[in-house]
Amino acid sequence: MTLYTSTVRTPAPKSRLWAKIGENTLYAVALPLVLLLVWGVAATISPAKFFPAPQMIAGAFSATWIGPAFLDDVLPSLARLAVAIVIAVVVGVVAGTLIGLTRWLRELLEPLLEFFRAIPPPVLIPVFVAFLGVTDTMQIIVIAFGAIWPVLLNTIEGVRATDSVMTETARSFSLTRSQRLFDLVLPAASPRIMAGVRQTLSVALIMMVISELFYSSSGLGYQIKFFQQNYLIAEMWSGILLLGLIGVLLAVVFGFVERRVLRWYHGIKEVERA
Amino acid sequence: MTTAITSAAPSGHRRRHRIGALRRVLLGTLGVVGFLAAWQLLSTLRILNPEQLPSATDTFAQLSVLLRDLEFWRNIGRTMTAWAIGLAIATLVGTALGTLIGMVPVLRRATHTLVEFLRPIPSVALIPLAILVYGLQMPAALIIIVYASFWQVFVQVLYGVADVDTVARDTARSFGLTRTSQLRNLVLPTALPYLMTGLRLAAAVALILAVTAEMTIGNPGLGRQLTVASGIGNTTTVYAIVIVTGILGLLINIGFRMIERRTLSWHQSVRGEEAS
Amino acid sequence: MPETLLQVNSLNKVYESATGRVEAIGDIGFTMNRGELVCIVGPSGCGKTTLLKCIAGLLRPTAGDVQLDGKRVTSPPEKMALVFQEYGRSLYPWLTVRGNVELPLKHKKLTRAERTQLVDDALLAVGLDHAGGSYPWQLSGGMQQRVAIARAVAYQPEVLIMDEPFAAVDAQTRADLEDLVRRLHSERGMSILFVTHDIDESVYLGQRVIVLSKSPTWVQEDLTIDLAPERDQITTRALPRFTELRTHVYEQIQRAKRGEAVRTSA
Repeated sequence: MTLYTSTVRTPAPKSRLWAKIGENTLYAVALPLVLLLVWGVAATISPAKFFPAPQMIAGAFSATWIGPAFLDDVLPSLARLAVAIVIAVVVGVVAGTLIGLTRWLRELLEPLLEFFRAIPPPVLIPVFVAFLGVTDTMQIIVIAFGAIWPVLLNTIEGVRATDSVMTETARSFSLTRSQRLFDLVLPAASPRIMAGVRQTLSVALIMMVISELFYSSSGLGYQIKFFQQNYLIAEMWSGILLLGLIGVLLAVVFGFVERRVLRWYHGIKEVERA
Repeated sequence: MTTAITSAAPSGHRRRHRIGALRRVLLGTLGVVGFLAAWQLLSTLRILNPEQLPSATDTFAQLSVLLRDLEFWRNIGRTMTAWAIGLAIATLVGTALGTLIGMVPVLRRATHTLVEFLRPIPSVALIPLAILVYGLQMPAALIIIVYASFWQVFVQVLYGVADVDTVARDTARSFGLTRTSQLRNLVLPTALPYLMTGLRLAAAVALILAVTAEMTIGNPGLGRQLTVASGIGNTTTVYAIVIVTGILGLLINIGFRMIERRTLSWHQSVRGEEAS
Repeated sequence: MPETLLQVNSLNKVYESATGRVEAIGDIGFTMNRGELVCIVGPSGCGKTTLLKCIAGLLRPTAGDVQLDGKRVTSPPEKMALVFQEYGRSLYPWLTVRGNVELPLKHKKLTRAERTQLVDDALLAVGLDHAGGSYPWQLSGGMQQRVAIARAVAYQPEVLIMDEPFAAVDAQTRADLEDLVRRLHSERGMSILFVTHDIDESVYLGQRVIVLSKSPTWVQEDLTIDLAPERDQITTRALPRFTELRTHVYEQIQRAKRGEAVRTSA
């Protein structure tokens, strides 16, 4: 199951390295390029009403979003999203840890939390709009409220089931309670928590889009809807593309953070597979 | 650790087990009751405008009215139909593509960037496009539902197909099993628990998007009833529908978790770890 | 002059299980002096792990007590360190080897320099001074167990308790680790309580071997090992006296398993 660190590894020759890089790049871009090409050609030959050619979308993209629109619509949307995510993750982890470690509290809240998590988050938007009107704060709160459940419930689950041998080890070395929490319970729960954070991120994005598409008069989502209603097809597509890029950006950032925080976890998995 | 049993006296352990379960049920019920009571208190004390927060009793009264309304049940039916069709399509396509791509390493590598770009796109971002192409009808909603649910199934199946134990595969090959035989006897059983997990996740996502689509696109269903009620200020109906969607979500969750546990149970020894 | 370090008095532990009452330990009593290396053996299921957990303060005995340096043990005492059998689950995978060894020292009032010194010293003692930056799961089983031992050593306990630490390790590695334990004992004068199911190991390592009976467990025999203090895997194990002693212990265990031994009044 484990590796011996005594094996000697000789570095691969330079030429092989370049060939490897070339091969990887080829695989990475081949299919997307081919698809874009096919789309571009098909769109130029017989333009479909709602599917403009990629080059038109690219043009609309730079025309629409690179400029003042970025500051007026995109940045505020992203800011709201970021704040909401931070609130959801922080509150989720803190509350989740507290609840997960306190047995009676957990048993008290469990059915309630499971119910709240089962509610499709967008359904809460009309409720919050009725409460708080359509403001920036409302948007942030509604995104956070909808997105908190995965990270909250995953933290509860992760924190309550620490390996018994690890706990006994901590006890046998008389670790203090705060040491146990920060050096044992939380690191041991981190894979579970990170899985929850990933889901929280995607729910937050959904909530941002919905709340802006239909309950707002500014922001990225609103702009996309505006384009759609005014048949500015290429611009609409560029907006969708931008949303896609934001989603990808979130995923990439999360990927970095996760790989760093869970480096040990991925390491174990790799070794187990060997 | 087995040691000699010195007496068969009434087991303190079993008693403690039952007390533990009873405690959980009691506390859980207390929690729910407490929440309802707090809700009722908040609204009766008029801390918040009754237009914004109807009382619990009013909400549940409205809920019982709705439950006697045939049109409400039809709406539930419409939502669940869209959910079911979307989930079915997503599962079929997701499993097929996931298995195909998962088993052919070249395809895996070639599609990697495409998958990693398309997957994070929020399905709801496609709503304006769907509306343009299909109008304000159910097919538009289906696009949204399928797009989101597909990824859940696809990714899980991809993992599952890749998770085939190397020793088991070598064994199969050394016994001369054909590709199709390997597929049937090795790959599919290994991937099955992953598929079940993907199904559970997809089912939850499909519900969210089914309701969301109705709210935004406006095809008939619970979501539309919700937005209509919200538009005319019928807050008790709004809250009642929120509760109903929560219950639906719970039922789907519980149901699929049970299914997942069933298939996982005889696989634990093979997989040895749980899905996220 | 040998002074009593550890005293176990009439220890008794009863578990309530789903199928009935289980008396894991009946009545165990023995003492251990400072600087001794005592091995505990017994038939499978005789409650060795339960005994260790009671001694280590991780379990409350139903009756009797454990005293360390004259003070009653009610919770894990500061002067005791434990090495578990399941090293894979006892080491923390998110910490490096260094991190693992250093962790128990963090709440002791030491300066960073002192901590680093202890860690370096412990890693050197177990032969892992080059592996400080690796993660436990990158190491072999034997090396992981060394990390666990280093962690216990760095803690500077008065008594080191080891619960079948080499059971999950291959035979060649086990021989190395046994010699490591002997070295720690002779070079550092550590008091070690070593539980094992391996009879040869217990005779090779111990100055005394305590043989436990079948459940409900009591001390069947407290045997002094009169082999020379300098021991060697090859020569010592070839000694006729070694063979006599191990045969004796083996017979005792067989008697214990069959429940033939009769309890003399304490």
